[in-house]
Amino acid sequence: MTQIAYVPDAGHAHLIARAVADPEVTAVPLTTEEEGVGLAVGADLGGARAVLLMQSSGVGNTVNHLSLLKVGHFPFVTLVSMRGDFGEGNPWQYPMGEATRTVLEAMGVMCLDVGRPEEVVPVAEAAFTSAYTGGRAVAVLLSQRLIGAKHFPEPGRA
Amino acid sequence: MPELDRKLAVPALVGRHQDYLIVGGLGGPSKDLSALIGDGPNLFSMSGAMGAATPIGLGLALARPRRRVLVVTGEGELLMNVGALATVALAAPDNLAILVVDNEVYGETGNQQSHTGRGTDLAAMAAGAGVARVSTVRSEAEIPAAAAELRDAQGPVFVVVKVSAADPPAAPRDMDAAACRTRFRAALDREAEE
Repeated sequence: MTQIAYVPDAGHAHLIARAVADPEVTAVPLTTEEEGVGLAVGADLGGARAVLLMQSSGVGNTVNHLSLLKVGHFPFVTLVSMRGDFGEGNPWQYPMGEATRTVLEAMGVMCLDVGRPEEVVPVAEAAFTSAYTGGRAVAVLLSQRLIGAKHFPEPGRA
Repeated sequence: MPELDRKLAVPALVGRHQDYLIVGGLGGPSKDLSALIGDGPNLFSMSGAMGAATPIGLGLALARPRRRVLVVTGEGELLMNVGALATVALAAPDNLAILVVDNEVYGETGNQQSHTGRGTDLAAMAAGAGVARVSTVRSEAEIPAAAAELRDAQGPVFVVVKVSAADPPAAPRDMDAAACRTRFRAALDREAEE
């Protein structure tokens, strides 16, 4: 993995910080998640590998660009931190959070769920095998069961 | 109204295409490039995923720092994902050049006027995004200097060429993106072996 593309996100904060600090990888901050799909395609054309870190709300921004993966048989891995699932207190996060898997699968992206810390590494390894040996596009969905839900003190108010 | 003909301007700005790895945005620029390159292995051109040409060029430029990467796209394609200019400026690969063929209309959908024909200045937007080397070509006389920028200047380089709404060349191309991917990667693999 030599390119790590991201849109800032609390769930990926540690990984983003490590990517930025790692001289072996180029951390690429994006303005919108769809750029990360193109970036991964360009990396692959050049014989390199990129991973896209995004929040589930960003999945909605990527949809048409996911066409690239299907039409070109590009391998692809994205790590998606979920909002709008386990314990979500922000009603605005539910529509896209609940649609995330459906949207990805509709575009031909295989989804692998992670709910517990001990699953993170084996599921990520499975995703990379499916992508770079199996030639698939894969999303690892990191549940709020794993990463925790943001706290909202008052119902319906923030 | 711009007067340059893209059939003259694009080949002149690209020059010897074999010196580049080229990403072509959907629509007119893909046709311009097919007329120039055919289904050559140094070209990945698109017929969909509008807005993805610049990010693909960025990923490719970062993956192949010793090759010059050229994105050739239209103003409509770029406007769909214009934030990519800020991403390019920040990543700042010195081997990436972007050529925008700006005919001020959406040629694929019936020549509806685009924002650039109504006041939007993509060169100013690229400069505002932080891209250091930005220029606009409006006449044949300005082509050689811009072609040299695209080819040799420290990137990222951003050139807008203002062209008339004349049709791009009719050049049939391989629409099989998986086959294009295989050709593109295989050519780079062969280069690495040589």
